[in-house]
Amino acid sequence: MAEVILRNVFKSFGATQALGDVSMTIPDGAFVVLLGPTGAGKTTMLRMVSGLDRPDKGDVFIGGASMQGLTPAQRNVAMVFQQYSLYPHLTVRENMEFPLKSPLLRTKPAEIVRKVAEVAEILQISHKLDNKATALSGGEMQRVSIGRALVRNPAVYLMDEPLSSLDAKLRADLRVELKNIQANLGATFLYVTHDQIEAMTMATHVGVLDRGRLVQFGPPREIYENPVSLYAASRLGQPRINILPADLFGPAPATATHIGLRPEQIRQGEGQEAVVKRVEHLGDQTRLHLTFKSHDLITVTSAHTDLQRDDIVKITPHRPFYFDAAGTRIA
Amino acid sequence: MSFSITDPSRRQKWIAGILVVTYAIVTLLPLVWIIATGFKTPPDSIAYPPKVFFSPSLEGYVNLFTSRSRVTPEDLAALGPPATWYDAIVRQYDMVITGPSRYGERFLNSVIIGFGSTFLSVFLGTIAAYAFSRFKVPLKDDLLFFILSTRMMPPIAVAIPIFLMYRQLGLNDTHLGMILLYTAVNLSLSVWLLKGFIDEIPIEYEEAALIDGYTRFQAFYKVVLPQAATGIASTAIFCLIFAWNEYAFAVLLTSGDAQTAPPFIPTIIGTGGKDWPAVAAGATLFLVPIMVFTILLRKHLLRGITFGAVRK
Repeated sequence: MAEVILRNVFKSFGATQALGDVSMTIPDGAFVVLLGPTGAGKTTMLRMVSGLDRPDKGDVFIGGASMQGLTPAQRNVAMVFQQYSLYPHLTVRENMEFPLKSPLLRTKPAEIVRKVAEVAEILQISHKLDNKATALSGGEMQRVSIGRALVRNPAVYLMDEPLSSLDAKLRADLRVELKNIQANLGATFLYVTHDQIEAMTMATHVGVLDRGRLVQFGPPREIYENPVSLYAASRLGQPRINILPADLFGPAPATATHIGLRPEQIRQGEGQEAVVKRVEHLGDQTRLHLTFKSHDLITVTSAHTDLQRDDIVKITPHRPFYFDAAGTRIA
Repeated sequence: MSFSITDPSRRQKWIAGILVVTYAIVTLLPLVWIIATGFKTPPDSIAYPPKVFFSPSLEGYVNLFTSRSRVTPEDLAALGPPATWYDAIVRQYDMVITGPSRYGERFLNSVIIGFGSTFLSVFLGTIAAYAFSRFKVPLKDDLLFFILSTRMMPPIAVAIPIFLMYRQLGLNDTHLGMILLYTAVNLSLSVWLLKGFIDEIPIEYEEAALIDGYTRFQAFYKVVLPQAATGIASTAIFCLIFAWNEYAFAVLLTSGDAQTAPPFIPTIIGTGGKDWPAVAAGATLFLVPIMVFTILLRKHLLRGITFGAVRK
């Protein structure tokens, strides 16, 4: 396991800049989640670290050593691709043995058998080991793909939305399992996801990417509670943060153009009146769609609320975020 | 009966079946006739009306593989009883076997040149196609077009220059010369066919192998090649069929050491009467290797091995 550092990394594909001056330090044993919409450069960052792509400028360090000019094999990284790219001509077992049999690792046969059995157990694919890789369901394929990474003991695990194609239950199971594995091994993870829960529960650090730039990097709670910009604030939170004109509820800081309100930043029962437009019972909580001075906003209330459509709720902001015209947070 | 847009109806199945069977009869009939002629006696082979039923004889095969000469009945009597069954067949016509014919050698030449050039075409084609598919090759499109353009005129159009060139280089009537020639002709086909197959193999597999600790070449060898097996097999069949059947260059460039079977078989006609059963026997045996080769590779001709392994 090792520390991974990206230093002033630039990467362009033709005219499109995928990464612009990204610097990031992933501490040894950290679980770093990259957040950002499609095209923000998340996958490109993984490929920079893996060596599948090389930076135009800048350098990547793994375990203190510069990776300049080193092939993916020489870097000793494991990667789970977004597409479950299992080798279709091999069985599940052969797929999982593949990295262990590489010239890089040259594992002893007994050790290979032990490792594969152990990982297959964790991923609940033991009974499928002798199937052809193509004879699996999508979820099973993705688990084998994760297994192929987990049999190794690399410097860093790179995962590109590994759980996105799984069903909800399996995703929840594997989320916990992956986090346990990471904690037990003390492994360094660089993990791309769109899933808010994955980011909040698994990450020790979250990196928010915006069009090839790292706009905020820190523990997930810090990103959630103390976002640097409107963009970073809208990456986390479910339902999403409400962005409204700054002076909607009353006086705002001078340069503020927008106010940002997460559900817990909206106090109910005091302040000004809003109309309930829709009530969504999710079981453990209830979402309220409100209209306030002809602006829509969404908040959360108790699971057993009696509120109905067209009821009136009084709301007031509680320690809200204020953003200026450029989207930078000012309060 | 239930109706389905994709499943053919009973009537459609019948029509399709009849068409396929008719087509099979039309294409197989000459083949059946050749195989049958190989087992006829010379008189039966030219009988009119043609004989569909006949008593089979191995005369054609014996004549194909032997050289014979006519002897006087007295000499024949002096020889004593025939030692073997094929001696017996030959002696009915007052002839004795003087040695093996050249068919075996010619057949072996065909095998060496056909399979040699097929191997070389597919080997070079695979690595060239991989490079064109995966790497940034300068002027890639122009090069690919150039490779294709080598097939735009019939190869025989350059027969005279090649003949003169080969004479200068000492490649006339050599195995190497014929292998190189057939490879050169087949290479454009093999590069283009294989490039299509390799293009279809997602690059993710190689990337995964690179990450798993393999070099680029190992990734090619362990991941790309097994998945390109289908394409390589069908390309090999095409290349072999061309090299195996090629006639014009074989007539022009080979006469002795490296002569292949196609130019040799017709020469049987010239030696001692029109021996059609021998010609047919030669043609029948000539079909066998390519049939075996195709049957061996047929499972690779079924597509769809890689379907579903990569989500697109």
